[in-house]
Amino acid sequence: MRYRQAYFEEPLLFEKGSNETEPLTDGLLPRSLVRESLNIPNLPENDVMRHYTHLSEMSFGVDTGFYPLGSCTMKYNPKFTEELSSLPEAARIHPCQDEETVQGALRLMYELQQMLKVISGMDAVTLQPSAGAAGEFTGLLLAKAYHEDRGEHRTQVILPDTAHGTNFASAAMAGFEVIEIPSKEGLVDLEALKATVSTNTLAFMLTNPNTLGIFEPDILEIAEIVHGAGGLLYYDGANLNAIMGKTSPGRMNFDIVHFNLHKTFSTPHGGGGPGAGPVGVKEPLESYLPVPVIHQDGNDLKLDYDRPKTIGKVHSWFGNFGMFVRAYAYIIRMGGDGLTRASERAVLNANYLRSRLQKVLELPYQELRKHEFVVSCSKLKERGLRAADVAKRLMDFGFHPPTIYFPHLVDECMMIEPTETESKETLDSFADAIDTILTESPDVLKSAPHNTAVSRVDEVLAARNPILSWRMWQEQKKADSEKPQ
Amino acid sequence: MLEALSIASVDELFKDIPESVRTNGLTLPAGISEAEVVARVKKLLGTNKTAEKLPTFLGAGIYDHFIPSAVRAIQSRGEFYTSYTPYQPEISQGVLQSLFEYQSLVCELTGMHAANTSMYDWSTALGEAALMAHRIHGGKEFVVSRAIGRERLQVLRSYTSGIGLLIKLVEFDANTGQLDLDMLKSQISPETCGVYFENPNFFGVFEEKVDEIRSIAPSVLVVGANPLSLAITRPPGDYGADITIGEGQGLGNPPSYGGPLLGVFAAKKEHIRKMPGRIIGMSKDAEGKRAFCMTLQTREQHIRRQNATSNICTNEALVSIASAAYMAVLGGNGLRKLAVENLTAARELARSINHLRRFKAPMFKGAHFNEFTVRSKIPYSRVHRELLRRGLHGGLSLQDRFPELGHVALFSTTEVHGEAERERLVRALGAIE
Repeated sequence: MRYRQAYFEEPLLFEKGSNETEPLTDGLLPRSLVRESLNIPNLPENDVMRHYTHLSEMSFGVDTGFYPLGSCTMKYNPKFTEELSSLPEAARIHPCQDEETVQGALRLMYELQQMLKVISGMDAVTLQPSAGAAGEFTGLLLAKAYHEDRGEHRTQVILPDTAHGTNFASAAMAGFEVIEIPSKEGLVDLEALKATVSTNTLAFMLTNPNTLGIFEPDILEIAEIVHGAGGLLYYDGANLNAIMGKTSPGRMNFDIVHFNLHKTFSTPHGGGGPGAGPVGVKEPLESYLPVPVIHQDGNDLKLDYDRPKTIGKVHSWFGNFGMFVRAYAYIIRMGGDGLTRASERAVLNANYLRSRLQKVLELPYQELRKHEFVVSCSKLKERGLRAADVAKRLMDFGFHPPTIYFPHLVDECMMIEPTETESKETLDSFADAIDTILTESPDVLKSAPHNTAVSRVDEVLAARNPILSWRMWQEQKKADSEKPQ
Repeated sequence: MLEALSIASVDELFKDIPESVRTNGLTLPAGISEAEVVARVKKLLGTNKTAEKLPTFLGAGIYDHFIPSAVRAIQSRGEFYTSYTPYQPEISQGVLQSLFEYQSLVCELTGMHAANTSMYDWSTALGEAALMAHRIHGGKEFVVSRAIGRERLQVLRSYTSGIGLLIKLVEFDANTGQLDLDMLKSQISPETCGVYFENPNFFGVFEEKVDEIRSIAPSVLVVGANPLSLAITRPPGDYGADITIGEGQGLGNPPSYGGPLLGVFAAKKEHIRKMPGRIIGMSKDAEGKRAFCMTLQTREQHIRRQNATSNICTNEALVSIASAAYMAVLGGNGLRKLAVENLTAARELARSINHLRRFKAPMFKGAHFNEFTVRSKIPYSRVHRELLRRGLHGGLSLQDRFPELGHVALFSTTEVHGEAERERLVRALGAIE
């Protein structure tokens, strides 16, 4: 299937309307505070609607087509969950409302926590972090509080070289030294881990299956090594979609886990967010969870702020409630059996697509993968091509490209996660497109994409000469026009 | 597909999970139909008292504004809400341009030159701003007005615990509610990497001596603002703020029990390489057409890992797009009209409450925006219960937050309240014995 994205030479909002500012009445504000002009255009509503309709047609979502962006779990977002989250009973309640007036919201959050506990095999859950990275940061603060409560000042976070970039950044932001250990055959190198853990180890962060899509079979031994040194084991929940009902972070002896509700539980990704990154912990870490904690008091639910050992807060209120409504609705729609089937289907889809692509691209390490896999395009270098060229060309066939150049240990890689919501026909058409692309002339690939709104965007220019707002652009144009010829 | 993989059942795909860690399904109830889910969730949430049924005079950073249907229609376009971070610019121009426009609108409101596409909320924006101030200046102390939300202070402490930033508080003047400038001076040291205050502050009071504050603050000046107020007041960029942050929820997004929200984050041009978060830049495509892409990515976690300026990846992009659409639908003059309407309504409401025997409003003398403090001669907890009994939700009690103020609550009103609701509130307050 070929694809042709719409293109509109769509002006910026600022290029469309008048910005003539109406004056304020006198005496409204102290004179020193008054603002005389505001450069925001004034447009008729239908023009605004058309503007955004054009822009949306120059965008690509799961609703548009296959979106196998590895590690992002771009599954279909059911529409009923959207509708539920925008009900006034979900949307028009204020976070400072008296608890007795928001019992439904508290009940939904409480039950969602219970469900996440079952899915993850953990003992307690906080919904507060807004995204996966915020969950990681929260988890590490919990680990720090746990150790400090025991009189231990541990400063190192150990990460495998396959870890998501956020793991490194979260550890640094929480104030820890990052120690990276190399993988062996795409798996955690137990000897390297043994040699690295010490009384200084705060935590080891891991996702299982890892970012290559390979399940770490020695997970219990890994846990033993980390726990043996007194460290904690952190589960990056980005890859939870692979294992629901088959195993759980709790069962694998992880102490802390974050969930990505926008991945596993199908809340939409919104062009980059909002998501939600709840964190689950084993009992010894429960007393450190962020405040408030929801607790049952007779038939009522209450918000408990009186938690002396808490790490404090990581979000203004209780987290991204709108996402909780969607995830809750998704989970009860699927049920325990449905979620298990989702993981089975996600793994089947990934392995089917893997089996097709390994015929034409290199598959490093073992064959069996979980919900995603990584292939290398390094052989294409002989023809002067890179993974990015294949990725760009895939757009011409109506597919969003996979994640590219991650994980770093595989040269020229593409990381592909089809998810469970795609049909065999879609997977086949994607594999067919790759087959076709690999037979095309290098020039076609290097100049791709051809069928999207714009052709290859000059990202180097954007970084070298940053224009980040209308205002910066106007100033630059002015400066350019004043330059002597 | 099983055949293609030469396997008999899907179980074989899980044989790499050792028996020792296997679980046998999930002990959750079986799935139910879409219709049943909808009915169940509606029933569950139905017990919430919404602003429709219970006129609510809460603010404190989260505001229930009327949202034009066009905003929801724009935000609900599947191409927007089912997409992700626009890593591939050629196929994502619409999302990218929308976010570039959001950045541009934020810059116009705040008077800054650069903005990112979002932080999670105002509190995390403050945490990130403090970290950025430290990156710029290097000092280990951050001076903060005490007239800010407790939540923001708590998140600020979480965010800066890693680098061990010392947070020093500055009191407010008991009469005006504005920043105590003498104390501000005394809290500044060579280690001060930044100063943070809010305008309007937590009590709804405008800081009027902003130029003086700028001259006292030797390093990075961070200002927090209600974006709507900036439609009619002097923007922080105008008085030399290095970073301006705020809560963008009120621009076209419902309160949603406190999330998703929108952390507004804008900075001076000279600081752009020290900013956290995703930033969209203008560029060209291979044919020379105007095009947009994510830029300055070498600041970010997926490239720079532990040396990134922040760990943020997933953000609040769709909320940003909704906010931009809201600003576009209202237009500059519409935003100004709304800001004036809210300010005037709050002022009149305060005046009416002040006429009541048992209440004083506002208790601070400084000029207010859309909220104000009410001091009560009877315990506010009783006032709150009486209002609830009469089908109204009063303001936020400040008893825990500012115990020295006595029985004080923070009230806010927006255009969703008609005259009738405000009158009901005044009558109800007047009737409390």
